[in-house]
Amino acid sequence: MKGYIGVDVGSVTTKVVVIDEEGNPLGKPVYIRTQGQPIRAIQQGIAMVKEDLPRNIEIRGAGTTGSARYLAGVMIGADVIRNEITAHAVAALRFNPDVNTIIEIGGQDSKIIILRNGLVVDFAMNTVCAAGTGSFLDRQAERLGIPIEEFGALALKAKTPVRIAGRCTVFAESDMIHKQQMGFSVEDIVAGLCEALVRNYLSNVAKGKKILPPIVFQGGVAANIGIKYAFQRALGCEVLVPPYHHVMGAIGAGLLAMEEMRDGKRSRFRGFEVAEMNFETSSFECKGCSNRCEIVEIKSNGRILARWGDRCGKWEVVER
Amino acid sequence: MRVTFPHMGNLWLGLKTALRELGHEVIVPPKPSKRTLTLGSQYSPEFACLPLKINLGCFLEAIEKGADTIIMAGGVGPCRFGYYGAVQKRILEDLGYNVDFLIFDPPQGRWKEFINDLKRVGNGKPVYKIFSALLFGIKKLEVMDELEKLGHKIKAREINKGDTMHILEKTLHRLDDASSYKEIKKTKKEAIEELLSVPRKNIDPIRVAVTGEIFVVLEPFVNMEVENELGKMDVEVERTLYITDWVKEHLVPSLRGIRKHKLLEEMAKPYLSHFVGGDGQLSVASAVIYARKGFQGMVHLMPFTCMPEIIAQSILPRVSKDLSFPVLTLVFDEHTGKAGVLTRLEAFVDLLRRKREVVKV
Repeated sequence: MKGYIGVDVGSVTTKVVVIDEEGNPLGKPVYIRTQGQPIRAIQQGIAMVKEDLPRNIEIRGAGTTGSARYLAGVMIGADVIRNEITAHAVAALRFNPDVNTIIEIGGQDSKIIILRNGLVVDFAMNTVCAAGTGSFLDRQAERLGIPIEEFGALALKAKTPVRIAGRCTVFAESDMIHKQQMGFSVEDIVAGLCEALVRNYLSNVAKGKKILPPIVFQGGVAANIGIKYAFQRALGCEVLVPPYHHVMGAIGAGLLAMEEMRDGKRSRFRGFEVAEMNFETSSFECKGCSNRCEIVEIKSNGRILARWGDRCGKWEVVER
Repeated sequence: MRVTFPHMGNLWLGLKTALRELGHEVIVPPKPSKRTLTLGSQYSPEFACLPLKINLGCFLEAIEKGADTIIMAGGVGPCRFGYYGAVQKRILEDLGYNVDFLIFDPPQGRWKEFINDLKRVGNGKPVYKIFSALLFGIKKLEVMDELEKLGHKIKAREINKGDTMHILEKTLHRLDDASSYKEIKKTKKEAIEELLSVPRKNIDPIRVAVTGEIFVVLEPFVNMEVENELGKMDVEVERTLYITDWVKEHLVPSLRGIRKHKLLEEMAKPYLSHFVGGDGQLSVASAVIYARKGFQGMVHLMPFTCMPEIIAQSILPRVSKDLSFPVLTLVFDEHTGKAGVLTRLEAFVDLLRRKREVVKV
């Protein structure tokens, strides 16, 4: 059986998925926390995805995406390393070829991708003050003692959502605390928070872009039904959440790998043994010239796999 | 008098040459680095834009190397840069440094001080000497600009990424050593030959204009090497402003400069009909110009909190829509997360490639 592996390593979560030639996940997609240790998360993800795969699986291509895509790419031996915007767009198009707008909210980044006729025509990522939506929700759920999975549903029980200052998470949190002390119900506060985050997203990320349906909402935060409904209210139309919304980046990376390998190249994928290999990274400052580049190197069993960060290419080693 | 000045791309090459010709001991600050940024932002007001912070960092590093006199540009008008010289002077004083500041503002009534400052830079030399020193410095910059323009074309096509950059870096130092027009000419000729002999792919690259606030556009450390990164993605870059344009515009007003300015105003007019300070108008005009030139897109760079560029940024989506010309704005401050910049650039280039493919079909 043929499959393509996609790895999406974000700042908060790591996603690994193996897809078949139709782009559908084989086995259960892996969604775990990066916890600031991408190497460990990637290895754990690879080991976990393997458990649920058919025995006779043959990986024909590997792709990585997310903010640690280069690290992940070197580790697993990727055939293609692409940015998360392209990966998300490719995945969304596979599940809904007519999609015109993609709303993607992850742990640290939020983005909007505008498509027309199956083509990305515009995109934006949060710049200064719309970052960390997923992490912020996590933290608020924890502070209020509500499991994150139930957080969104709680919002739906609200009678009159409270208005929360959403411009920046620091203010949002103090505003929430203030409203709590005034005696508002948790439901109303959570609903207000969902609306504030949507308002913030629309004015800071989407900023004047033309949001046309069909709209697909993906990323970890799409699991939050409260946010989904807040989007529908604000936009006045239906918002679709695809079945694998939380691993769309990884699926996209797998699809990109499939595209890359179309003409029957041999994959560079190191195999599932990656999970047991020993990786270490270190960095140093090159003193070769006045640029003083910070060079990062990744080794496996004392062998250098790759170095990056230098302007001039002096240190460049990429072992395949 | 041991003179120093802030970095802005290759500006140091011209200034160092001119000041050396006038008999000064010149202390060029180390190239902006993480340390410059740390020092600069430590002592700057937080909401000042990045140019102030980097400049201040440069001064502190130059003072360590023994500089006692700082040359700084001033200015008037909506951009805050105009008063940065004065602010930096106060910050250094507060830190207990005893340095002289020569701030070159448009004189505006304080002719006496202006002429005094000019005399100090002139180091007792007659006026024609001052001019010839300046022209010699400008000549080197002109050559470097020309080579960089050619370099952008080569970079997009080179097979071994980095070849072009090595040649340019080497040439920069050879130009620094050049002590006559003849040597400059020779260096230029050799550099062109070397550039043209770089092994290249036979491709039709995506072409992207790079525009925005001048300091961020010209200083590669600050813009996280946008031009090089685009080059690595096989994209041909054309910068909309070069250091000699700026120097000429501010030091030697010429007919060509005035004409160029008129053209820019005209191009920006349907969207932005007046001067907003800094390079805001240029950024808007550039989108119109490069869309017409058949470029695939534009990358717009600005420092965080830059007012003129915020105005441009808010106008650019309309220009972009009208002309079907994708524009990517990148904002820079003292954070050093390059990953975010690379992700956006890469996605932008993907977008341009796919768009072109479809248009071709």
